[in-house]
Amino acid sequence: MKPGSIVLVALTGLIWGVTAMVVIGVTLTLVTGDVALPQASAAGLAGLVSALVLVWRQSTGHAGAMADRGLSAAVLFVVLIAASFAAPFGLSLGQHTLWQGLGLVLFIVGVAGANAICLSGAQLGAMSRYEREVVYIRIAKGIGFVVFSIIVALPFYVMIMTSLKSQQALLANPLDLSIDVSQGISGLFRSYVELFTQFNFGRYLMVSAFVSVATVVLTLLFSVPGAYAVSRLRFPGQAFLARSVLLIYMVPAIVLVIPLYAVFSQLGLRNTLTGLLIVYPATTIPVALYMLQGYFRGLPSELEEAGLMDGLSRIGVILKITLPLSLPALASVSLYVFMIAWNEFLFAFMFLDDPDIFTLSRGVVSLNSSEVPRQHLMAGAVIATVPVLFIFLWFERFLVQGLTAGSVKG
Amino acid sequence: MNTKSQADASSGPPKGIGPMQRREMWLAYLMLAPTFAIILMIVAGPLLANFWISVKPVQLADLRPPTVLVNERVRGRPKAPGDEARLEYRLRNSSQDEEIRNVTLSDVVPEGFTVTSHSEGCSLNGSKMTCDLGMVAPGWRGDVELVGTVSQAFLDANRPERASEPVITGDANNVLTNFEFTFENFSRIFSADEFWSVLRITFYYTIFGTGGALVLGLFAAQLLNTAFPGRGVLRGLFLFPYVSPVIAVAFTWVVLFDPFSGTLNALLTKMGVIADPINFFGQRAIEFSFLGIPMEFPLALTTVIAFEAWRYFPLSFLFILARMQSINTDMYEAAEMDGATPLQQFWYLSLPQLMGILSVLFLLRFIWTFNKFDDIFLLTGGNAGTRTLTVDVYEQGFALSNLGAGAAVAVVVFVVLVTFATLFIRFSPKEEGL
Repeated sequence: MKPGSIVLVALTGLIWGVTAMVVIGVTLTLVTGDVALPQASAAGLAGLVSALVLVWRQSTGHAGAMADRGLSAAVLFVVLIAASFAAPFGLSLGQHTLWQGLGLVLFIVGVAGANAICLSGAQLGAMSRYEREVVYIRIAKGIGFVVFSIIVALPFYVMIMTSLKSQQALLANPLDLSIDVSQGISGLFRSYVELFTQFNFGRYLMVSAFVSVATVVLTLLFSVPGAYAVSRLRFPGQAFLARSVLLIYMVPAIVLVIPLYAVFSQLGLRNTLTGLLIVYPATTIPVALYMLQGYFRGLPSELEEAGLMDGLSRIGVILKITLPLSLPALASVSLYVFMIAWNEFLFAFMFLDDPDIFTLSRGVVSLNSSEVPRQHLMAGAVIATVPVLFIFLWFERFLVQGLTAGSVKG
Repeated sequence: MNTKSQADASSGPPKGIGPMQRREMWLAYLMLAPTFAIILMIVAGPLLANFWISVKPVQLADLRPPTVLVNERVRGRPKAPGDEARLEYRLRNSSQDEEIRNVTLSDVVPEGFTVTSHSEGCSLNGSKMTCDLGMVAPGWRGDVELVGTVSQAFLDANRPERASEPVITGDANNVLTNFEFTFENFSRIFSADEFWSVLRITFYYTIFGTGGALVLGLFAAQLLNTAFPGRGVLRGLFLFPYVSPVIAVAFTWVVLFDPFSGTLNALLTKMGVIADPINFFGQRAIEFSFLGIPMEFPLALTTVIAFEAWRYFPLSFLFILARMQSINTDMYEAAEMDGATPLQQFWYLSLPQLMGILSVLFLLRFIWTFNKFDDIFLLTGGNAGTRTLTVDVYEQGFALSNLGAGAAVAVVVFVVLVTFATLFIRFSPKEEGL
């Protein structure tokens, strides 16, 4: 028995007990709408005791691993119930019995499992530095998974759930993020229906789609020949060009906004989609050119030389040999440019005044006023996000390639 | 002499470029020309124009150049063919402080209107009327009149004077193109007290935002470096903040952190963690005392930095993960044999391998965070001590309608940026291929 090892094991159990209780308690609150008061200290104590029991059984090594874990889980349950006076979530057992039961099961499984994983191989006797560090890292990773999943998923969960609520329900209890099935399908999606019927979101969706696709087409038309020239043809200033392309995407959009606003106002291009379709490709072409030239360089030039020998012109070589070979790169560049154009906010906000040609970004900003209820704003956010996330999930492989290859504009 | 030059020519490879190479060169330039043209027009041009605008006293309202406004109507209520009527053009200089020179008015006389007399300065050529009004003073008003008789066709037509729009031409001073310069914009922004606080906030935001995103990204990459079931799903999930539109996630944070109807504040107050709701995006600072010294914690700025780190950690995560997957595992096996502990392996093996990509990411993200406008603008509008230089460009140029001052701030942004970019090119490790 080493005090250091005992402290480490106890600490592991304590951390997991508290973490699991806080996470499950908060989840319970958000799901049911009733405020749970997670008994963190009771849970910590329960986790601590069960971790010690687990490692003690492991060290003595009588029964099999399954029996040890079962015993540890039983201890966890008993101590938790005893220390929290049979109300682990601060709610009486009558309230939301089903949810509380589920939460309790999750807690037991989660803490017992986490303890078992983190402390496998641990013992109450002397542990080497290596063994101790393995335990630290397992704890850190476990907490990392929990924390990262929550901070990433929580805002999106709140976004969707808020968009499905009614104004009164939101004001009455901001904690209640459950789905109120009693209002029926039409009640649930009321915000969406109103956005499409009264706020013209169908049109914004079309405009956004048109602008994004047109930006992709224009960008490819400009950047494919440019990238080919930079990667394949020899000319003075080639190296300088390849590098200076990168500098362009360090120029902040906000610096360009004032002159472009002034000039476009005088030319009558400001409040038009044509204006946007001049600016968007200009900001995406450098990125696209950089990504494509990297890919073109990787293609074997012998294929193209063979094509040239057989009498194809340069244009023929590009159309018949280079482009078909670089379809994956074209796909990732297109998706990436589409995403930039779809998500673009600054120029749309500055240039567009006429609600008939609002893009989605501009349309959602116009919902951000005190007259428009919050769930409409969130429904607008969902409408803007869903197409992009859908495309992202569908083509994740291409996109991840594109993001890393292009080193990406932020 | 002759023989010598021949000997020179034959002794080495041909100098200069041959016809084939020249063709290739021109082809390359031709293929790059469209890209060049659009980048010159939309990026390089505006960059230079910024310098120009920043030394001009130009307001947002000056973008609409002064013109003469015209309003045309029929007077005299003609009832029958042959009745007399007057065609009146009321004119007004739209500007109260700019004169307009060489003003001319031209219009087509409506069908069925026979002109008998007209104002001085006007002339008729067939049905086309041209009036020369010369120079008009600021705030000038006046009118031009045609007197004539009408025919049945004129009476039948619905508002026959609308058939053709009167055309006005004239030259006015355009404050954007004249040669009047001022340094007032720069002296104004530099003498304002808030400018230096804006600069300081910009650097806090940039440094901590970049650092936060990198540290989170490094941690997330460590989590997903080993294979386990569900790893692909988690990797996709971790990229969500980055691929979603900025308006969607920014407004979600605003809703989530709202002091009155926000989930987070409700949670914290109901569970008894805090007594009163905290206005995360609206409160400039929280005062507290540490060891008896009163201190301020910049709350809104911290929340904005947290958003920045949250939104951009996926990018560093992706790069660091890609780099980590390419590290050779032999090294770790050898270290394991030698008894290196996991933390030692991370510190002495992984981290040095990642230093290259980490420094590149730091420099790139530093510049992009410095450039960031949308996030802060949507979250706080630059209030509560979160105004960075980029938000100040908008604030000066559009909220205060002083385009010149906005451009002056943009010039400052650009100068700082060029400094960073120089450092970046100077110190970027070449082997990372960025």
